[in-house]
Amino acid sequence: MSTAHVDLTDEMGHEDHGHHEQGFVSKYIFSTDHKIIAKQFLISGIVWALIGGLLSVIFRLQLGFPDMDMSWLSPLLGKWINIDPGTGVGKLDTGFYLALVTMHGTIMVFFVLTAGLSGTFSNFLIPLQIGARDMASGFMNMLSYWFFFLSSVIMFISFFISTGPASGSWVIYPPLSALPQAMEGSGLGMTLWLVAMALFIVSTLLGGINYIATVINMRTEGMSFTKLPLTIWAFFLTAIIGLLSFPVLLSAALLLILDRSFGTSFYLSEIYIGGEALPNMGGSPILFQHLFWFLGHPEVYIVLLPSLGITSEIISTNSRKPIFGYKAMIGSMMGIAILSFVVWAHHMFVTGMNPFAGSIFMILTLIIAVPSAIKSFNYLTTLWKGNIIFTPAMLFSIGLVSFFISGGITGIFLGNAALDIQLHDTYFVVAHFHLVMGSAAFFGMLAGVYHWFPKMFGRMMDRKLGYVHFWLSFIGIYLIFFPMHYIGIAGYPRRYYSFTNFDTFSTFADLNSFISLAAIATFIAQLIFVFNFFYSIFRGKKATQNPWKSNTLEWTTPINPGHGNWPGAIPKVYRWPYDYSKPGAKDDFIPQTVPYAETPESNLPHEQELAGLESNNDNAIKVD
Amino acid sequence: MVTDIKLKEVPKKQLAIQPKKFILWLFMVSIVMVFAALTSGFIVRQAEGNWLAYALPSQLWVSTCIILLSSGTAIWALKSSKSGNLTTTRTGLILTLLLGLAFLVTQFWVWSVLVDNKIYFVGNPAGSFLYVLMGVHAFHLLSGLLYLLIMLIRAYKVRSAEQIQFHLGLSTTYWHFLTGLWVYLYVFLIIYH
Ligand code: HEM
Ligand SMILES: [Cu+2]
Repeated sequence: MSTAHVDLTDEMGHEDHGHHEQGFVSKYIFSTDHKIIAKQFLISGIVWALIGGLLSVIFRLQLGFPDMDMSWLSPLLGKWINIDPGTGVGKLDTGFYLALVTMHGTIMVFFVLTAGLSGTFSNFLIPLQIGARDMASGFMNMLSYWFFFLSSVIMFISFFISTGPASGSWVIYPPLSALPQAMEGSGLGMTLWLVAMALFIVSTLLGGINYIATVINMRTEGMSFTKLPLTIWAFFLTAIIGLLSFPVLLSAALLLILDRSFGTSFYLSEIYIGGEALPNMGGSPILFQHLFWFLGHPEVYIVLLPSLGITSEIISTNSRKPIFGYKAMIGSMMGIAILSFVVWAHHMFVTGMNPFAGSIFMILTLIIAVPSAIKSFNYLTTLWKGNIIFTPAMLFSIGLVSFFISGGITGIFLGNAALDIQLHDTYFVVAHFHLVMGSAAFFGMLAGVYHWFPKMFGRMMDRKLGYVHFWLSFIGIYLIFFPMHYIGIAGYPRRYYSFTNFDTFSTFADLNSFISLAAIATFIAQLIFVFNFFYSIFRGKKATQNPWKSNTLEWTTPINPGHGNWPGAIPKVYRWPYDYSKPGAKDDFIPQTVPYAETPESNLPHEQELAGLESNNDNAIKVD
Repeated sequence: MVTDIKLKEVPKKQLAIQPKKFILWLFMVSIVMVFAALTSGFIVRQAEGNWLAYALPSQLWVSTCIILLSSGTAIWALKSSKSGNLTTTRTGLILTLLLGLAFLVTQFWVWSVLVDNKIYFVGNPAGSFLYVLMGVHAFHLLSGLLYLLIMLIRAYKVRSAEQIQFHLGLSTTYWHFLTGLWVYLYVFLIIYH
């Protein structure tokens, strides 16, 4: 009964799409087509990534060259460069330095690697790879983008107010963030941050609810959960994690807003400012950390999992081999998804928590390394003896695996409560998460863009530029973040404006300058990508139907799929997506839409049985 | 019979729930998480001590009864729409709406009782938490009322009750969810306050 009903709406929706020409606004701006929405997310994400990257270049200049005259930046930064009237030497404002770090983190974690990544690829690939005409609710999907857009605008505006944007770091710990008088950025900037993030959470929930509903309810015939591409599994689990964790951040933010604007004391207690006692009594700043990290840790997997899914798909396709351990991959992603909710306190080892609780969280944290390791091994074994084709997407995927391993290993150091006492809030942590989360997820996103660009825009990106982009980024990122481990072990705290006052650190001054130069070079290398991206949209080589000889459903759509994705009926699915180089097969790939009955030469015994049933049943249906 | 067995091996229609209904369920999951966060924050904060002890206003019993009653009338409205009786559907909806409003009024009443007992919104978090839990629930209840109001307006526009049955089902599901949520909060408060 219910399936019949769904089918009906499905078909009607399709009719609807075909019959009227849409105007420019409803086609490209307030579109409900998942492919357009995906591109909107992608381009917004790229813009935000450039802004976020530029911010990091500015504060890297300060860190690498603390004595530099920055007056040349004042046309861009205005009053945030303090010019000494006597000497004319310009210095970056100390408060603004903190704002830069804060906004860099916020933008990269939420706007680029959450919205830009999930928003782009979940939207684009879920309907195309499961065989659906669109998302469960196109309208909610559109709302999701526009809430994100509004949130972006508000976050962007906060750069231009006189007190500057929020500056209490991306984790916005109270009391810094709760007391407007704490510092300049805690005033209006923080308020705008909270408003923007509240809208952002709404956007993520609208999007995530849609992804889950679509994956569960709208798969085409034959597309059982064990035939889903790993990309979809990753997006699906990501959306579930988001659905369970973002509301918690919303609650945390609500209490923070009440503390800031209505005088409650959820997070505030016994604070003196300028010798004056504040009236707030009985609050607990640690409570905020618990609530924040209950989102915060799952959030890091929200950022990473989509990239891991994208990588699975690309590595398998370009090794011309089935993914090694398909079920193990699903199992470990589920394991990660569940465990990610029970390790949050590893960010709080030094908050004075009960040492017993600390050891529990330590054990749980170390357990999460197991599924992570399983995934790494499966990537490596898929590559092993593969017929590897080094497309730019493939290189970026391999780069992801490298970052995931080298960044994951330092996670095991940090997960040990005793070691963390030394390492907490040093550059070691910065190195850890920039490799394992920042760079890995970023590479996954870039790999996805290179791989699915032909499906998005009907054209190919330039290969050579892709290679140059990859090598510069890959080497650059290691040059930036590897030295940070040493600086961190030496005790450099993060979020400091300058280290020139500490004699112990002077030996590392050169290393710091080196990191900054590497960061600038790596940032410039990204402009190659930006050029390649926009140039190829208009001038790229025309794409072929299935440029990577891939098995998944999206390559069965027309080169430029219209609204509704497939002009005719939605294809049915007969096999899993990883039949690459199957022994005996004619080609080295067999798309999911090919029934076993057509491939007797390569069928395994149990598949041969299925083939018999397939054809019998076709007859049975005809008789009907 | 024979085809039945074979059906297992051909591309199967995938199990599917009405997507709108499913979306509503997911939406409710996210609300559950909001309250899970608030109530566990309550417990964590309470464990740290410096917690003002006070008695819960007994008026909360009244509001609990009212909201339970409103769920009853909501069931009645849905049942009537299924049996095609438009008049009782409307009556059921009106009663549910009125009871919902009455619930909000009693919640407000509870707040004034709290203020009389010198438990303020601004002050020890023990009190603030109570206001926040009730307030956030009331906020969601407003959205539920809005949904029911839309259904009531539709109930006056349509000819037959079946036409609104699907959305009436969704809106009453949401309403029962809000009732359940309140009962959870009330039990939670009785145990932990
Ligand atoms: C092998 C598994 C991992 C372990 C055992 C681990 C452990 C830790 C620990 C203990 C910290 C806290 C360090 C401190 O602040 O003192 C930390 C920080 C962090 N980790 Fe991991 N981690 C692992 C994997 C990951 C992954 C896969 C990601 C992201 C996808 C990630 C992202 C982060 C981030 C963003 C931070 C820093 C947050 C901040 O303070 O701003 N970690 N990790
Ligand atoms: Cu963590």
